[in-house]
Amino acid sequence: MMHRDIELILMRQLASSLASAIFLVDPLGTLVFYNEHAETILGRRYEETGPMPVELWSTMFHPLDDRGKPVLPEALPLVKVLKTNKPATKKFWIRALDGVKRKIEVTAFPLIGQNQKLVGAVSMFTEVTA
Amino acid sequence: MKVRFWGTRGSLATPGNETLRYGGNTSCAQIVGDEGTVLVLDAGTGIREMTKTFSPKLRRVDVLLSHLHMDHIQGLGFFYALYNPDMEVHIWGPATPTLDLRSRLMRYLSPPLFPVHLRDLPCNLHIHDGSRMEAEIGEFKVSSWQVCHPGSTVGYRIEGAQGSVAYMPDHEPVLGGVRFMADREWISGISVADGVDMLIHDSQYTDEEYANRIGWGHSSMKQAMEFTRIAQAKLLVPFHYDPTHKDDELETMLFEAVAEAKPGFPVIPAKEGDTIDVATQKIVENSP
Repeated sequence: MMHRDIELILMRQLASSLASAIFLVDPLGTLVFYNEHAETILGRRYEETGPMPVELWSTMFHPLDDRGKPVLPEALPLVKVLKTNKPATKKFWIRALDGVKRKIEVTAFPLIGQNQKLVGAVSMFTEVTA
Repeated sequence: MKVRFWGTRGSLATPGNETLRYGGNTSCAQIVGDEGTVLVLDAGTGIREMTKTFSPKLRRVDVLLSHLHMDHIQGLGFFYALYNPDMEVHIWGPATPTLDLRSRLMRYLSPPLFPVHLRDLPCNLHIHDGSRMEAEIGEFKVSSWQVCHPGSTVGYRIEGAQGSVAYMPDHEPVLGGVRFMADREWISGISVADGVDMLIHDSQYTDEEYANRIGWGHSSMKQAMEFTRIAQAKLLVPFHYDPTHKDDELETMLFEAVAEAKPGFPVIPAKEGDTIDVATQKIVENSP
């Protein structure tokens, strides 16, 4: 049967209890959860979006740099983490699902499980003033 | 396929008149298959008595350690199979990212905590990483998954021709939440217990006690019942009783939890000395 690694389960439980915005993906990059604070920045409740593949979430917020140029999916911190297993950080603009443009600072890091395998990745982010 | 309980207590051995019915030894159970395969579930203080019952013909025994907290390994040094040069002993248990199982066990099986070194044991000893294992052991298929409990901890699923058993003596699946996740794939341990014929599960607390011990790695009796329902296990065997719970208190806890949770499956509390037949869900022997 389908089940999640315990490290991912614990990360989701922790994220549910934090006031920091958290976005959680599985090893394939599929979005599996974001918490309440992330919902306020991303402009939609997780219950409404549900899980989605990396190809979708990495483009649906229309990420832009300070000059207004699109940030390609492979330049997003969370996508980088999935490829390198190393932390990554970046500031960029998004158009949230409530239609509002917000600048966010993202720090992403891998979740390496007890068996030394990648079990997922986490993005912590905050809204920053332009 | 039969399961015998040699120690049902959690945390600390609690001998005495007030724990005679459910037992005072710490976690240890034994599974014996119809073809004679012997599995030992944890090595709490109950393991010492078990060894005396081994057939002289027995040549292999596998010990499945859920984790290395003291109440689950304290009896290991008194597991006489380890001192028998004719015996093949396989120990399975979780490693950590920095220490393999042998190194972890050596912390206990060496001075000053124990006089005998692991390396000096005369049996034919094999130590295996059980952090996430799938193995054929005799007539059984055994698999393990990491579960929610402080430190590296696994639950075991044992499947045979006569039925299946899940062993999760220390498990806190609702950690951090007030209720179970609606989506069962996000519940710790669900793969271990999914649809098994017998679930042996942590039932250390009342709900009131659990509220003051969140994060300690255990479940209340009612949480164990809810987990059993979600996992669609066919029989719950509450296990790993708190050392402060006397026999009468345990029975009150069980009675109240059943009355409130109204489980749609049988609940047979583990008692030291009881043997349960997995296929019939009956206690077939009681040898206190």
